[in-house]
Amino acid sequence: MKKHIINVLVENQFGVLAQIAGLFSSRGYNISSLIVGETEDPTLSRMTIVVEGNERVIEQVIKQLNKQIDVIKVVNLTHKDHIARELALVKVNATKQTRQEIITLASALKGDIVEVGKDFILIEFTGDEHTVENAIELMKNYGIKEMIKTGKVALSK
Amino acid sequence: MSYTGAQILMESLKSVGVEHIFGYPGGAVIPVFDVLNKTDFKFILTRHEQAAAHAADGYARITGKPGVVIVTSGPGATNTVTGIATANMDSSPIVVITGQVKTTLIGTDAFQEVDITGIVRPITKHRYLVKNIHDLPRIIKEAFYIASTGRPGPVLIDLPIDISLGTVEKFSIPDKVNLRGYKPNYKGHPLQIKKLAQAIKEAKRPIVYVGGGVKWSGATKELREFLEKTQIPVTSTLMGLGVIDPDYKYYLDMLGMHGTVYANLSINESDLIIAIGVRFDDRVTGKVETFAPNAKIAHIDIDSASISKIIKVDIPVVGDAKQILQELNKIVEPGDYSEWQQFVLKLKEENQLDLPHGDGRLHPQWIIKRTSDLTNGEVAIATDVGQHQMWVAQYYKFKYEKQLLTSGGLGTMGSGLPFAIGAAVAQLKERKPVIVFSGDGSIQMNIQELATIKHENLPVKIFILNNSYLGMVRQWQELFWNRNYSGTFLGTGTKYYPDFVKLAESYDIPAIRVFKEEEVDDAIRKALEYDGPYLIEFVIEKEENVFPMVPAGRGLTEIMRGMA
Ligand SMILES: Cc1cc2nc3c(=O)[nH]c(=O)nc-3n(C[C@H](O)[C@H](O)[C@H](O)COP(=O)(O)OP(=O)(O)OC[C@H]3O[C@@H](n4cnc5c(N)ncnc54)[C@H](O)[C@@H]3O)c2cc1C
Ligand SMILES: Cc1ncc(C[n+]2csc(CCOP(=O)(O)OP(=O)(O)O)c2C)c(N)n1
Ligand SMILES: [Mg+2]
Repeated sequence: MKKHIINVLVENQFGVLAQIAGLFSSRGYNISSLIVGETEDPTLSRMTIVVEGNERVIEQVIKQLNKQIDVIKVVNLTHKDHIARELALVKVNATKQTRQEIITLASALKGDIVEVGKDFILIEFTGDEHTVENAIELMKNYGIKEMIKTGKVALSK
Repeated sequence: MSYTGAQILMESLKSVGVEHIFGYPGGAVIPVFDVLNKTDFKFILTRHEQAAAHAADGYARITGKPGVVIVTSGPGATNTVTGIATANMDSSPIVVITGQVKTTLIGTDAFQEVDITGIVRPITKHRYLVKNIHDLPRIIKEAFYIASTGRPGPVLIDLPIDISLGTVEKFSIPDKVNLRGYKPNYKGHPLQIKKLAQAIKEAKRPIVYVGGGVKWSGATKELREFLEKTQIPVTSTLMGLGVIDPDYKYYLDMLGMHGTVYANLSINESDLIIAIGVRFDDRVTGKVETFAPNAKIAHIDIDSASISKIIKVDIPVVGDAKQILQELNKIVEPGDYSEWQQFVLKLKEENQLDLPHGDGRLHPQWIIKRTSDLTNGEVAIATDVGQHQMWVAQYYKFKYEKQLLTSGGLGTMGSGLPFAIGAAVAQLKERKPVIVFSGDGSIQMNIQELATIKHENLPVKIFILNNSYLGMVRQWQELFWNRNYSGTFLGTGTKYYPDFVKLAESYDIPAIRVFKEEEVDDAIRKALEYDGPYLIEFVIEKEENVFPMVPAGRGLTEIMRGMA
């Protein structure tokens, strides 16, 4: 089953996030990630939803989203030229011996060193799914204390 | 001069054409009720908030206009939930206004606070929490617009008490709604309509499958014209009963689980299904994989999410049934269906429904048939849910599009009597009688409404088919669960129970009990002639079954025609 990236433009209003999230859970759609944020227009929010399903399911997802009164526009970006980004904050174990090596590697992976502590380094990775996944994978060699990764945010080109 | 929120609410309701309001008071709506009885609205006090919601739904089903409910916060609001879900499943437009605690107390578990907009999210078309008195006229306007346009459905407005108590110097009711996320599409795409006309011309064995959407669209006239032109065989869902002229030669009656043999077999043989305002419910399609194996499917529906939801549609036409049929009627030309027409007529002739009677027992089918005959198929009928509902669908010959009020999608026991209240209120000027067929189980789920019909002196005729069982469930237990009648017996032994005649009398409603076939006609006449509410308890065969029946999950050709 394929993952689809769907952008949804909604009224920036109380309850809309719960409504959209609820729609997915009550209809049993498989949601991988959902991000909501501000847009160029303060009365609107944009959601990027990554959802798994066959063509029939995705067609229903889009129709059901469109049916919501507070939804203004739904775009399936999957088949469109688009750009998608994720962000991860990774707190990696670091000792005197490994610190420099981690910093070098993180920089090579286009990571930003956010903080260096006594026994850890906090790194921020941003990029497409592959870049971020790859970075996290390599960091695992040093032991990850804690991490968080966002879902995708996407825009059509 | 200044206005309170409650006054603005009333003015706004008036501006959208509201005449009747169903409801029940409580602390959070006292300010609203304080102005309500100074207005021209006819207010109907039901004896339970669930019934208020169903009554508003019944009102909507018979008029096509939104029914209105006002109830208090907390338990008043939660009591409407089943009514809202019932309306939602059958696409019925109601607007439910619930009281709410003060805006500043929301979220604090205040007395009688409940997150009703959260609770009804999956069972409403839309919902509002009014946070600012200035938004109130716009919200009312939008709510009615959303409820009654496109695919109709329930809208809830949660109204905190500080908003209804609040005052403003002036207010204005917008004359237009402006919803950038909601633009229902009524006109069908001309190319798709052309494609459909082409398919109709080329088909050899076409069949029309109609439902509730035709009723909501008000497209009965256009549909009948289409059939007159093309002479295509037609079948209806439970929700569409009444849209087809019962005398139309190729009318195959209801299809589906308890549909006729000839409707189900015809669907199975068809090469083109013209689906109009239906949603391919599993009670209709049976096992989806075997549904109409050789047919192309065309689907006219106002809700694009209805199309290809269950079955892949070959010719989708999104839009309003009425407008699309008007366009289609201009260009459609029938093909040669003579063989097919003969085939379905023969099926129909050979597979008529049984009508058990004359054997010394009181059969429910006979009661419905006689009611149909004695009312000339012209009286508004509400039903509850169960076997009696299916017998009504099978044996009453409906003539009009908004004549049958029945909970199809949710199958809500207890909806029948309040539906009848809504219908009777809508026809109050004409004092047209409304008959509600109920079961001994269902009627007890909103029995308190006897008080409402008495109080309002509504011409509601309650026909209870008392079989001492939750008959529909008992039937399944008999047929598929080894006759293990677990939890379905409602009687006390041999005697009918409860004594519905005494019960009616205690509500000061005249009532009689009927045991014999010979008494049926007189009883029905008496009930209809009486001006006001009337109750008949028919003590029927206990273990009568509804046939034909396609067992759940089977294909439409696997029909049980009776007891083996
Ligand atoms: C005990 C029991 C047994 C049942 N057995 C049967 C049975 O044997 N046979 C049967 O048919 N049903 C049966 N039902 C009912 C069944 O569950 C469904 O409620 C029913 O089949 C749905 O009817 P429908 O397809 O007409 O859709 P509805 O629920 O009436 O939906 C209407 C459709 O029309 C569309 N629509 C709305 N407005 C418009 C418009 N203006 N223009 C175009 N389209 C519009 C909507 O989008 C929707 O798709 C039974 C119910 C119960 C409780
Ligand atoms: C609120 C509710 N609870 C349970 C059911 C399940 N159910 C469907 S039909 C039925 C039996 C109805 O009994 P009755 O009203 O006596 O009608 P009958 O089938 O005997 O004609 C039941 C329990 C339901 N549809 N609605
Ligand atoms: Mg019963």
